[in-house]
Amino acid sequence: MTVLLVALGAAVGAPLRFLTDRIMQARFGAAFPWGTLAVNVTGSFVLGLVLGLPLAPGVVALLGTGFCGALTTYSTFSWEILTLSRRREILAATGYALLSITAGMGAAMIGGALGHMLS
Amino acid sequence: MDLDVHPTDLAAVAAGGVLGALARFGIATAWPHDPGGFPWSTWVINVSGCLLIGVLNTRIQGRIPRLLLGTGFLGGYTTFSTAIAEVSQAGLVYLAATLIGAVLAVAAGSALAR
Repeated sequence: MTVLLVALGAAVGAPLRFLTDRIMQARFGAAFPWGTLAVNVTGSFVLGLVLGLPLAPGVVALLGTGFCGALTTYSTFSWEILTLSRRREILAATGYALLSITAGMGAAMIGGALGHMLS
Repeated sequence: MDLDVHPTDLAAVAAGGVLGALARFGIATAWPHDPGGFPWSTWVINVSGCLLIGVLNTRIQGRIPRLLLGTGFLGGYTTFSTAIAEVSQAGLVYLAATLIGAVLAVAAGSALAR
């Protein structure tokens, strides 16, 4: 049952990441990975919220492990850091890594605090 | 805004994403970590996924294989949100070890595939 919930969450999260990336590229261009930044920060917020709320293990598997796990990505994130570095855009590469991590941490903390407040 | 998204592309990303998330779930379940301990399973998942995307994006050119295996499978397999959530338990050493491990792994994967 848990396996099905993880699969269901991922079946929504992964295409949503793909679509977000397409929308951000259409709007802001492909020079900076705004799409991955957006899904990683949003997913960190949602996971913080999910872990802060008193939810049943099945819901955590669906929303946390499945949805947030597939919405966010470390592999594309690191590939984009490599790509920016290879284009000699060291400032953009460093900025992208640090912005993703600090904004992700902040979003996770806000999500967690909100979850505790609501529960 | 014309995004020109093919249903086949979405299906490939979804199918790969489900398999990747299940692989991650399987490893995390088989290899749990103590609360406050170093989350080795997530670290290995993220670093190995970064090594593989370095190989894949350097070697494979086809759109569907890249969407299925890269955006889908490796995107669903690796996780940014869990790596961030675990920092509150495992600390800044884990945060740095994941970022440094990921960047070194993607560079190594790409170099190996050339």
